[in-house]
Amino acid sequence: MKRVRLWGTRGSVPVALTAAQVRAKLEAVLRGARGRNLDSDAAIKAYVDALEFHQAGTYGGHSSCVEIETGGTDYVLCDLGSGARPFAQAAMARHGPGKPQTYHVFMSHLHWDHIMGLPFFTPVYIPGNRVIIHGCHARLKEAFVRQQAEPSFPVDFTVIEKQVEFVTLEVGRRYEIAGLAVTAKKQMHAGDSYGYRFEAGGKAVVYSTDSEHKLEDPEETRGFVEFFRDADLVIFDAMYSLADAISVKADWGHSSNVVGVELCQLAGVGHLCMYHHEPAFDDAAITRVLADTRRFEEITRGERPLMVSAAYDGMEIAL
Amino acid sequence: MDFASRRLADVVIAAPAGRIDHSSAEDFKTRLAPILEHCTEGSDRVVLDFSGVEYISSVGLRVLMLAAKQVKAQKGMIVIAGMQPVVKEIFDISRFNYVFAAFPGVRAAVGDLSTQALALLEAG
Repeated sequence: MKRVRLWGTRGSVPVALTAAQVRAKLEAVLRGARGRNLDSDAAIKAYVDALEFHQAGTYGGHSSCVEIETGGTDYVLCDLGSGARPFAQAAMARHGPGKPQTYHVFMSHLHWDHIMGLPFFTPVYIPGNRVIIHGCHARLKEAFVRQQAEPSFPVDFTVIEKQVEFVTLEVGRRYEIAGLAVTAKKQMHAGDSYGYRFEAGGKAVVYSTDSEHKLEDPEETRGFVEFFRDADLVIFDAMYSLADAISVKADWGHSSNVVGVELCQLAGVGHLCMYHHEPAFDDAAITRVLADTRRFEEITRGERPLMVSAAYDGMEIAL
Repeated sequence: MDFASRRLADVVIAAPAGRIDHSSAEDFKTRLAPILEHCTEGSDRVVLDFSGVEYISSVGLRVLMLAAKQVKAQKGMIVIAGMQPVVKEIFDISRFNYVFAAFPGVRAAVGDLSTQALALLEAG
């Protein structure tokens, strides 16, 4: 494995910056520029480079889709949220439409925000391409067929079915797929969700989204610690604060930044990437959560520091 | 984790000490249970004296959330007092500052809950 690219990082539903939010960013940045000499392009670049991420950029709003660059010829994705569309555009731009490719997809679960990208996944309309959708749910195919059925979408699944294959995986069994060793773990979420651990070349990446941790059962905690054990990167559902996750939003199937840090510290993980951001959060709010989480990691740090980041659409993480 | 409690009129001061984590959270829950039982409308008010708590993990915070829920259902009153700076930070990061009223020390907490208990506290 060489790197991970995050194409969709928002939880539950895609969101976009509004005109008012863009204007507020511009006004804040221009206020900060008062009194500075920005006469040259180099000075402007230096000023922008020094801004915080949420001031000069955005975490983005596409729903779940993560690419794992294996170094091999096949593509590997986790989930087909709306982030699958920009991924597909980039893949098509790289290869052109005339060169068939194989895309392996590992599905955490079948809720709308994780499947909505397939009808907009250009390669699936081009004969010769293979889109192999792996998952642990018995109704894997049904979910994708249904979302393209009338009256929900104008193009029926039968139009793309020759390009799509479905593979049902067993939890806990180690598979060799696209040059990766892949193991699935069942997680707590309405209708169940599954996390995936990918290993190759001495590197390990865990994709664990839409996963609630109840904190009631030490055995459950131990199971996740082993699943995360010594991973270089854990992409983790940190949608809520701990207080919300175990009170007003208990049983909503999501976790918190605090539990993410604790599990990763127990497991000796190198990098925690907070994922599946709350759609109600603006960029400044996500930056505040990131700062809080880094401080929490610092307070609770053992022998080895844990790197903490907040996922954003377009983020690349080298392994 | 150590645990002590004392009564001042209609206020019970519960004082855990040490670390409240995966190895001690269940003990903390058990020690707290009989105190919470009487934390009802018109009956005992509870001050959690956290001055001796060095660290609290998510599992420990879950015990506090369950306590807050129980007391709210019983229309009782429970507050927290004297958190060490690190514990206060963990509280704020976890957004538990929205769950519990927090006071800098036991005296301020008791004073907020009961004049009778405050008089006893100041009488020594």
